[in-house]
Formats: sequence, C-alpha cells, structure tokens
Amino acid sequence: MEIEIPIKKWSGKIRAVTIGTEKNGITIGGEDTLPFHHFEGSIPNKPIIAFEVQDIYPSDWLDVVKEPYGEYLKNPIEWAKAAVVKYNADMVCLNLLSTHPDRENRSADEAAELVKNIISEIDVPLIIKGPGSSEKQNQVLNKCGEAGAGKRCIIASAVEDNYKTITAACQAYGHIVVAETPIDVNLAKQLNILISDMNFPPGRIIIDPLTGGLGYGLEYTYSVMERIRLQALGGDAMLQMPFICFVGQEVWRVKEVKVDESVEPLWGDMKKRGICWEAATAITLLLSGADILVMRHPEAINIVRKSVGRLMEK
Amino acid sequence: MALTGLEVFKLLPNTNCRECGFATCLAFAMRLAAKKIEAEECPYLSEEAKEILGASAVPPIRLVEIKSGDKSVKIGEELVMFRHEKKFFHQTAFSVCIDDSEDEREITEKLEKIKKINFERAGEILKLDLIAVKDTSGDKQKFCKTINLIKNFIDLPLILFSENPEIVTVGLEEIPDDKPLIYSANNENWEKMTELAKKYNASLAITAEDGLKGLSELSERIKNKGFENIVLNPKCRSLTEILTNYTLIRRLSLENNYRNLGYPIILYLENEDNFINSAVGICKYASIVVFNDVNDWEYLPLLTLRQNIFSDPQKPLQVEPGIYKVGEPDESSPVFVTTNFSLTYFIVSTEIEGAGFSGHLIITDAEGLSVLSAWSAGKFSGEIVGKFVINSGIENNISHRNIIIPGYVAVISGELEDSLPGWNVYVGPQEASDIPSYLKEVWSKEN
Ligand code: B12
Ligand code: SF4
Repeated sequence: MEIEIPIKKWSGKIRAVTIGTEKNGITIGGEDTLPFHHFEGSIPNKPIIAFEVQDIYPSDWLDVVKEPYGEYLKNPIEWAKAAVVKYNADMVCLNLLSTHPDRENRSADEAAELVKNIISEIDVPLIIKGPGSSEKQNQVLNKCGEAGAGKRCIIASAVEDNYKTITAACQAYGHIVVAETPIDVNLAKQLNILISDMNFPPGRIIIDPLTGGLGYGLEYTYSVMERIRLQALGGDAMLQMPFICFVGQEVWRVKEVKVDESVEPLWGDMKKRGICWEAATAITLLLSGADILVMRHPEAINIVRKSVGRLMEK
Repeated sequence: MALTGLEVFKLLPNTNCRECGFATCLAFAMRLAAKKIEAEECPYLSEEAKEILGASAVPPIRLVEIKSGDKSVKIGEELVMFRHEKKFFHQTAFSVCIDDSEDEREITEKLEKIKKINFERAGEILKLDLIAVKDTSGDKQKFCKTINLIKNFIDLPLILFSENPEIVTVGLEEIPDDKPLIYSANNENWEKMTELAKKYNASLAITAEDGLKGLSELSERIKNKGFENIVLNPKCRSLTEILTNYTLIRRLSLENNYRNLGYPIILYLENEDNFINSAVGICKYASIVVFNDVNDWEYLPLLTLRQNIFSDPQKPLQVEPGIYKVGEPDESSPVFVTTNFSLTYFIVSTEIEGAGFSGHLIITDAEGLSVLSAWSAGKFSGEIVGKFVINSGIENNISHRNIIIPGYVAVISGELEDSLPGWNVYVGPQEASDIPSYLKEVWSKEN
C-alpha cells in the first residue's frame, strides 16, 4: 500500500500582528495551518514569550520565582531591564497591579509615568496590563495608552462589559488590544465582533481565551483554543486573531508549586517542580496555538524558548 | 471507519421481517451502528454487506493489551483527532526503563522509586503503568535475572526491550503467563520476532528507518503472517518530526482508513529533552512513553498533564452533592461549603484533613463547576447555597451555626446570612492551600 500523505489546506489564515516600533517590532501570527504543522502550511512567525514585570514589589510571589531577579524586583524599571539584559526577554509585560483600588490604588498618572520610563529604558515591545477592576481599568489603560502613543504596545484587556474605552484608546494611540473572554468560542467571537464594530482593525486584536494552570482547568483552554483555531482556519474571519496566554499568574499560585519537598518528599525538588509546572502549562498551550505566552520564571522561559526553537525547525 | 445508521441501513434488505428481533430494518441498523448488537443477528445480509460491516467493525486504531496477571494496560482504539470531539480513550501509558547492566542495588533503588510513585489527585490515582527491561548487557542470564528481580518486586506489565530474538526468547520464557510488549522488530529480525510474539501472546513494537513508508511496509508484512498486535515506533530525529509523524499516523488511520498504520504509537525518550518531548507526546497521540530515567520533580507535572488531556471534555468529573465527612467530625467540628466539581471537592477535603482537622463538608449541586465558574453561572449564589444547607439536614448534626465559605465568593456572604437565619458566615481563604493556616490561626481562636 503506497502512502498518500493527507495534506490539509485551509481557506483561512491567522492575521499577522506586529508589536513594537519599526526598530524593535516583533511579528506574531500569520500561520495558515495548525500549530507547528510545517508539513502542510506556512508558519512565518514563531511564538514569543513575554516576561511578566509588576509595578510593585511582588510580595506574594514564591521565593523560587523571586530569587532569579533579586534586588531588581524593588524597582520595576530595573526589573524590566534585568529581564531584557540578563535574560534576553523578547517582550515585557508590565502588570499594573498596584493601581487596583483594593491594592495600593496608585493613580493612572503614576502608572503612565512608569510606562514612559520603561519605554525609554528598554528596547523591546511592551504589553501593558491593567488591574482588571472596571472603572480603574479604563482610566489606567487610557492614560498608559497615551503615554506609549505610537509604540504599538499590546493593551490588556478589553472584556465584554468593558471594551469601549480601551478599544478607543488603542485606536487613538495606535496600540493592539487584547480581547479577553472566559474559555468560550462564541464569547471570543462575539467580543471580536463588538470591537471591530467600533471600526477597530481586526488585524490589531489578540485573543486572550483565559487559561487555568496545569491541573486547574488547563484542558478546557487547550480544547477551546483548538476549536477556535479550527474555526479560524476554516474561514471564520472574526476568530483569525493570534492568542495570548497569561501563564505565570495561573501557575504560580497552585498548590503543587507551593509545597516544599520536606512536606511532600515524592513530589521532588520544589523549585524544579515549579519550573516544570510553568513549562508544561506553556508547552500545552503552544500546541493548541498560543502566539504569546506571558511567563515568570527565567528557567521555565528558557526551556520553553528552546522548545519553540525545536518546534519551529522544519 | 465506523458507519452511520443510515449507511448500515442501505446494506439491509429493508423487508422488515423482524427475525432480528427489531420491528424494522432501520431500527436494527441504528443499533448496529451504535455497536450494541452483532451483524449476524440478521440472517439476510448479503456477502458484500457482511464484508463492509466486518471492515467497519474493526476499530481504525487497533486495541493492544499489555498484561501481567490481572494488571492490564490497554492502548489504541482512539476515535478522534481532537479531544473536544470526544474523550481520548486510553491514556498514554508511562513506562520507566530498567537497564540489565546495572547492578542489583541500583535496580532495586530505581524500582523502589517507581513503586512509590502513587499520587492521589482529584479522586484518581496517578502512577506508572509499565516497566521496560533493556538488554544493554547482551547477556541472556542478566536479562532474565533482571526480569525476575522486577517481577519479585512489583507487579507491572513489562516491555522486553531488545532487538535480539534470542534474548527476547529467554525473556518471554521467564514470564510465560504474561502478555508483554516486545520492543522492537525491525527489517532484519521481524520474522523471528513475529513468531515469538505469536507463540507467547505478546504484542510487538516495530521500528523502521524509512519514515512512515518503511513502517507501513513492515506492519503489512507482519500482518500478512497473521499477527496484528502491533505498536508503531516511528523513528523521529526532531520534535517537529514527532509531532508531524504522530499526527499523520493518527490522521491516516482515522480519516483515510489506512490500515497499515492503524496501531498505537510508542515514544522512547533517551535524551535530555525527555520532559518536553513527553509532554508533546501526551498531547499529541503517543500511547506509550518510555523514559530512560525521570527526575523526581517531573513525575507530578507529567502525570497531571496526562490526567488533564485524557479527562472527559463533555462532562466534568463530579461528586454527588450532599454532606461529606472529612476525618471524624463531631457536633462541634467546623462546617465548610463548596461545589461538586471533583477537583474542587478533592482539593478542599485534602486540605482540611491535611490540617489535622475534621469537618463537615457540604457539597452543593453546581453541575460540576468550579467555585467561580459556578458563581458566575448563578449556581452558587447565597440563596442557593443557603437553601442547600438547610435542606441538607446538617443542623441536626452540629451544635454550632458557623459556616466557612470559599474566599473567592466573599460577595455571597451577606445573601447567605439572609438565607441562613441564626448562622454566622465565615469567609475562608481564597486558595484551599491556605485552609490549614486559616483553621489554626483564625478559626481555632474564635471557636
Ligand atoms: C476551567 C474554567 C471553566 C470551565 C469549567 C470548569 C469547571 N468544571 O468548573 C468552563 C470552560 C466550562 C467554564 C465556564 C464558565 N466560566 Co470559567 N473558568 C475556568 C478557569 C480557567 C479554571 C476553573 C477551575 O477549574 N479552577 C480550579 C478549581 C479547583 O478552583 P475552585 O473551584 O475555585 O477551588 C479553589 C478555591 O476556590 C478554593 N476553594 C474551593 N472551595 C472552597 C471552600 C472553602 C471553604 C475554602 C476556604 C476554599 C475553597 O480551593 C480551590 C483551590 O485553591 C477559571 C479561571 C482560573 N484561572 O481559575 C475560569 C473562571 C472561574 N470562569 C469564569 C466565568 C465567567 C465562566 C462562565 C460564566 C463564562 C460564560 N459566560 O460562559 C462559564 C460558567 C459556566 C457555565 N455557564 O457553564 C470566571 C469567573 C469570573 C469571576 N471572577 O467571577 C473565571 C474566574 C475566569 C475569569 N477570570 O473570567 N470555566
Ligand atoms: S432480520 Fe434483517 S431483514 Fe429482517 S428486519 Fe431485521 S434487519 Fe431487516
């Protein structure tokens, strides 16, 4: 029996999105096939990993994750610089946690100032992540969008109940918007439509399908991303956006990374286990189509970066 | 390829003679397509129809069983490319390799480790499934001795890891009642290996250099000898090649009904990229992964990934709603409430127990959703939880009226107090892993 290799050609294609300026721009997306299916389609751009940096000392992070950054954690600019210089970050995600009303409630102006400084200090594209709380999310992301005008940052996130101000800010200042919906094909599509209906170019939307960490709902996201990809490649223009997944924040709060080997000897070295937990979550999401992964531990990032390299070999 | 009810119907005489016990041929066809009955029940099938139905009854990916005593590992029989279509059927079997050139002490240590790997997670036991014995020494006696050492220590089905038929023979003779997997046959040794596998009821992994073509030709030759318990070992030089070949094998057998590759796949990991390669294998169609060695800290993430990928996408694992005893609670023990998502239930009960406390755990009917998903879906509101608590009858079992709710749903506490007159609502920590310190530091001081 001769084998006829069954090649699938799709009518749809994921939009390519460029983040950053002419000087430091990175393009993601653009594939016309399933993840790493080099044998039947083209994957012009590799997935990218962004280092998460917080605007305040991450007192709730495990020592295991804090350790590699040491003193830098006390100053977000130094922290971001360390990510780029010491760990070769391709992209940085600035998490503006401290602006949350239940946290330090820092002002939008303060956040915008930080964004300006970070942009002038590091030369990689930036993801700006708001605190999530509706009213404040709008103020902060609007101001920060203005501060980063023309730098083509990724602004995270617009949600169904609160997308207009953020989309308008991305429109006005030339940024890319993250459309976040909870693990659902139709909700993702619906939000992309709403955002596009504001005359916002679909080519500047990135989908955050929301994810749980390994062992905490990861498989739901894995399957929803596969379904979104299949539908996008099948021709659904309102799903042909790249994916971003916020991996670090989900992984580093689960029990299995927090417990020390003196309590659970069979679980093995806590630090290495945590790194594996983050890397395994990331790899699984890459296999279902992630284009940007936001991660925390430099060693986990290194493992995943190497794996991306291997998966991009034809 | 499985046929639909209508496709089967077209093969029947449509006389509705009822001899099969069904009122109509259509009813019979529907049951047959659902594989609930045998085609032979209808005496009027044409030869042609029998042939088509016979072929359709063979699963597109063959079931292979590896056994030792009553321990059996089943692989294959997969029906879909993507897990949202239907549950992936037989989970990837994990195997660790024991090298027969190692000395007895080293082997025993390794076996002890393997035996201990046994994690309870969300109500399932996660552990290793197979042991591979590798013939590195090239010495028949050592090979047999290692087999015996393993067998005396642990009852798991074996993979006989050798390309030398003589060594495989003595290995098979050592365990005549088992059904091991031989790894592997190639273009040189396949005839002898096939005979052996047949004679000893073993299954046979096959390896070929020439990509899928070589593999397909070899499997065909073996099948022509009347042997079909085959497992494929596509030689892959890179991670991309693993993903490509495994995807194509699955696609060829499921979508193109390509019989020569309709078998489960084995992935042998020998280099430093074990962790990543096995993660890819688990997601993308490896039925067995064989590790030369695993680091302690890698077991739990890999076994958890397997648990995730092979869970049922249609229905989350649920536990029955009701009052659960954690430890040995009495009337003064604390009362907790959460949803009936298995994962949630097991995590919370483990933490309460781990804290050295006993308690009453009320599990509401939230259709198997996690706490926040359930709350968002309106299935874990203060009112619903309150009603559930009252109807549960817990009030007869306890002398106090205090209830601890998950920290993530602190917002329901007011409404819950309204629906539970006379009760105090305590907002517990957000993460279950903080329950022990909460119980010791907050709860114990107030109660
Ligand atoms: C997987 C997932 C799903 C799966 C369902 C999985 C399931 N069986 O529940 C699917 C895709 C079906 C789903 C659906 C929805 N989801 Co959902 N989902 C998730 C996700 C990614 C993980 C949930 C999970 O499995 N957690 C693990 C379990 C173990 O967590 P848990 O039950 O909360 O238990 C923990 C704690 O609460 C604590 N705990 C539990 N019980 C108790 C008890 C006591 C006494 C104490 C002290 C502690 C405690 O211990 C556990 C471990 O720490 C989360 C986001 C995230 N990253 O967490 C969103 C999330 C929960 N979902 C969300 C939403 C909005 C929804 C939907 C409403 C979306 C929609 N509009 O359709 C639906 C609702 C369901 C429906 N209508 O069918 C939101 C909730 C928003 C909010 N803050 O309220 C979340 C937070 C995502 C988000 N950020 O928007 N979801
Ligand atoms: S026995 Fe055959 S022909 Fe008769 S009703 Fe059943 S299916 Fe139809």
